[in-house]
Amino acid sequence: MSQPSQQDEIMAEDAALKGAPAAGIEPVLEAKGLSQGQIVRKRFLGHTGAIIGLVVFAIIFLMAFTSVGYLGIPGWWKYNHEQVSALVNDGAPTSSLWPLAWGEHPFGQDRIGRDLFAMTMRGAQQSITVMVVIGVIAGLLGVLVGAISGYFRGWAEAILMRLTDVIIIIPALLLAAVMAQMAGRRDSGSWFASFASTNGVLALGIFLGLISWVSLARLMRGEFLSLREREFVDAARISGASNARIIFKHILPNAVGVLIVNVTLTMSAAILTETALSFLGVGVKAPDTSLGLLISQNQQAFATRPWLFWFPGLFIVLICLSINFIGDGLRDAFDPRQKKFNAKKAREADAAAGAPAGSSAGASPAAEKSAVTAFDGTKDD
Amino acid sequence: MVTYVVRRLMTAALILLGASFLVYLLTAASGDPLEEFRVNNSPQKQALMDARTQLLQLDVPAPVRYFRWLGGAAQCLVPFANSCDLGKNIAGQPVTDALGHALVQTLTLVTGATILAILIGITLGIITALRQYSALDYGVTFMAFLFFSLPIFWVAVLLKEFGAIGFNNFLRDPDVPLPVALAIGLVLGVIVAVAAGGALRRRLTVGAVVFAFVSAVLIYFSATLWFKNPGLGPVVIAIAGVGIAFAVTLLSAGLKNRKALQSSLIAVAVGVVLYFVVQPLLNQATFLMIVLLAIAAVLVGLGIGYLMGGYDRGQSMRAAAITSFLVGGMILLDRFMQAWPSYFDNSRVRGRPIATIGAGTPNIEGDFWILGLDSFTHLILPTMALILISLASYTRFTRASMLEIMNMDYIRTARAKGVSERTVVMRHAFRNALIPIATIVAFDIGGLIGGAVITESVFSVRGMGFLFLDGISHTDPNPVMGVFVCVAITAMGFNLIADLAYSALDPRVRVKA
Repeated sequence: MSQPSQQDEIMAEDAALKGAPAAGIEPVLEAKGLSQGQIVRKRFLGHTGAIIGLVVFAIIFLMAFTSVGYLGIPGWWKYNHEQVSALVNDGAPTSSLWPLAWGEHPFGQDRIGRDLFAMTMRGAQQSITVMVVIGVIAGLLGVLVGAISGYFRGWAEAILMRLTDVIIIIPALLLAAVMAQMAGRRDSGSWFASFASTNGVLALGIFLGLISWVSLARLMRGEFLSLREREFVDAARISGASNARIIFKHILPNAVGVLIVNVTLTMSAAILTETALSFLGVGVKAPDTSLGLLISQNQQAFATRPWLFWFPGLFIVLICLSINFIGDGLRDAFDPRQKKFNAKKAREADAAAGAPAGSSAGASPAAEKSAVTAFDGTKDD
Repeated sequence: MVTYVVRRLMTAALILLGASFLVYLLTAASGDPLEEFRVNNSPQKQALMDARTQLLQLDVPAPVRYFRWLGGAAQCLVPFANSCDLGKNIAGQPVTDALGHALVQTLTLVTGATILAILIGITLGIITALRQYSALDYGVTFMAFLFFSLPIFWVAVLLKEFGAIGFNNFLRDPDVPLPVALAIGLVLGVIVAVAAGGALRRRLTVGAVVFAFVSAVLIYFSATLWFKNPGLGPVVIAIAGVGIAFAVTLLSAGLKNRKALQSSLIAVAVGVVLYFVVQPLLNQATFLMIVLLAIAAVLVGLGIGYLMGGYDRGQSMRAAAITSFLVGGMILLDRFMQAWPSYFDNSRVRGRPIATIGAGTPNIEGDFWILGLDSFTHLILPTMALILISLASYTRFTRASMLEIMNMDYIRTARAKGVSERTVVMRHAFRNALIPIATIVAFDIGGLIGGAVITESVFSVRGMGFLFLDGISHTDPNPVMGVFVCVAITAMGFNLIADLAYSALDPRVRVKA
């Protein structure tokens, strides 16, 4: 990587040497001259919560995509989300922890006999698809807009940032409703209507992606504004690098931490948005299913068939929680001020009341976003 | 400064124009307002369609309709003209009326929730920052992540089931069996023991005390049917008041400031005496009277502090004023509890007080206390749901901000010159940690009005979110535009306030004119 990573490394080394007395902070590995990527990977792998989140997410991902099949490829589970079968045990879940058994319908069945496990897995597929689509689109657009407005400044920045301001105040709900209406009119024959009615969830993801890049663009613009003033950019420009090369080879690798962390957090928020929209009836629509739609359809049945309500909700929480933990781990890994802290060692070293150095654990995504917008105005103009 | 504000306002107006144009076109394009007539076969089908076409001017293209709407909306900017025209909704009702009603509903819903979430969130954030990497910190951090990942509609349905239906069933026969009382006490005791700092012995003692206290209270409540006839009574108010006096003095002035402690204790004594005096007065209570009494309570506290004097008169006054305000709050709570049995037996409530939908029992009659309890029982569940969801970000942000401040050089300086830990935390650290939080709070308040769409729809509160959703589902642009304009203006206004507040609070940040 380019110079600044070395610079960071030296700084980290300095900090490590200087920061030795602070209690409980492990003698930091980055002093050995690892690359930035290696440092980040080491830190991330040392973050217990993030690793647990990663494992949980991987399990859910595999289960969701292999069990009921995807894109026409059949899965290993015997039912799919539309298939009606006879009610077993009045639809109650047949799985049990002790003795560990899976049974005919592990998560139970709904009133007409559809298998809830298949429906939940299908819903999890939808949520993960939407999440990935939103993450990719929002990430690409956010980087592009943020980079152009932060690097070139001038009229490009003015236009793009005003566009961002306009989009940020248009409610997502309205756009989703418009899209749902257009997808509903499949007879009107426009290419969009036919696309949306066959790939409902993909269209929803694209639509939400097209509006959720705005906060990311603001963050990236802030990063670019500060990075473009650094010496290594001047050096690259003097040695004749083109603008595109400076942006993608010199500045972007240094902003990648902020980018990855915030794409992760956008993705976790995207799951909640998708489920909420489906719950309100403007997201994924029957006969297809999604986790939010399942909860919305079954909230009246809570007294008689509570499992129909528990399992989809549990999966929303699990997916979202694991993504949040991964995001938290990434943030800690990318934050150069963060030092690995070991509570036991701190106690052994008999830490005094003073809090250990470099412990500015990240704020929550929402908070961070608004903090940036708050600064935005003061940096502006 | 003025140039900056003016420029921001001009930009905001342009953004608002652009965005509202887009929103209008999107809403108009989102469906067909005549659809319900097209499918029905009634004989006056054509007449109905014509009537609606004329009402909503459907024969005019949408962009032109937008500019007509804009012309009406622009009249709202003329002060005192009272000619505000935001169009009519699909039923022919003026949007301004519906908007006013919805705004009141939404504000009653979100105000309490926001204030509580901010208070609890900031408190938790500070405590976890001060006790970083303790069991409490990890627990709160995990809870914050969990709440952050909860879909609000799921939480709302759970709350309805357990908070309303379950609790109402419990209230029908409020009997806490002995094992349950002991179990609740044990759980709370363990939580407190884990959360409390210090040596193992101290934790165990604290946990045991909490266990004994909670279990005893629950058994007592069960035996005396307290849940049917709740109340605090002067004795509990006096005991709790002394506790409040100590806590307030500890935080605001430090227990070493004897004059402040004495002022607070006197305020509690006065409060207990006044408890008997104001009871007849409270029977004829109105909202205005309660506000006046609250102001009077603060003034009495200030007076006590002033008369006690001491080397730092301001501290005594502040401690006594906060104490007397809180004691007054307890007297108010006690009076609400006294009204509980009659509310419970009200013919409209029929013994199921905690409501799952709506913002009030229809056609309920009663005095201030009954009506107050009625809106309380309707608000409690949505408020809890909103608090759970928004607590996480405040906690995490306060914690991060506080940790950063606690590592500053001036904190070390303060400690080095011998300032007590209380002063370091409350005066040096807390105040500076509040600066970034203040901007977030301003930002959040701006987003409040439109932020509760899902909560409103689950709890059937007919607020702004309901108006918005209803407008979208009927392809009715005028209410959608009304809600959008309100939400966008408050959001952008508070965004500006957040920026200005930041530069006002932190002299290092300057807005460039």
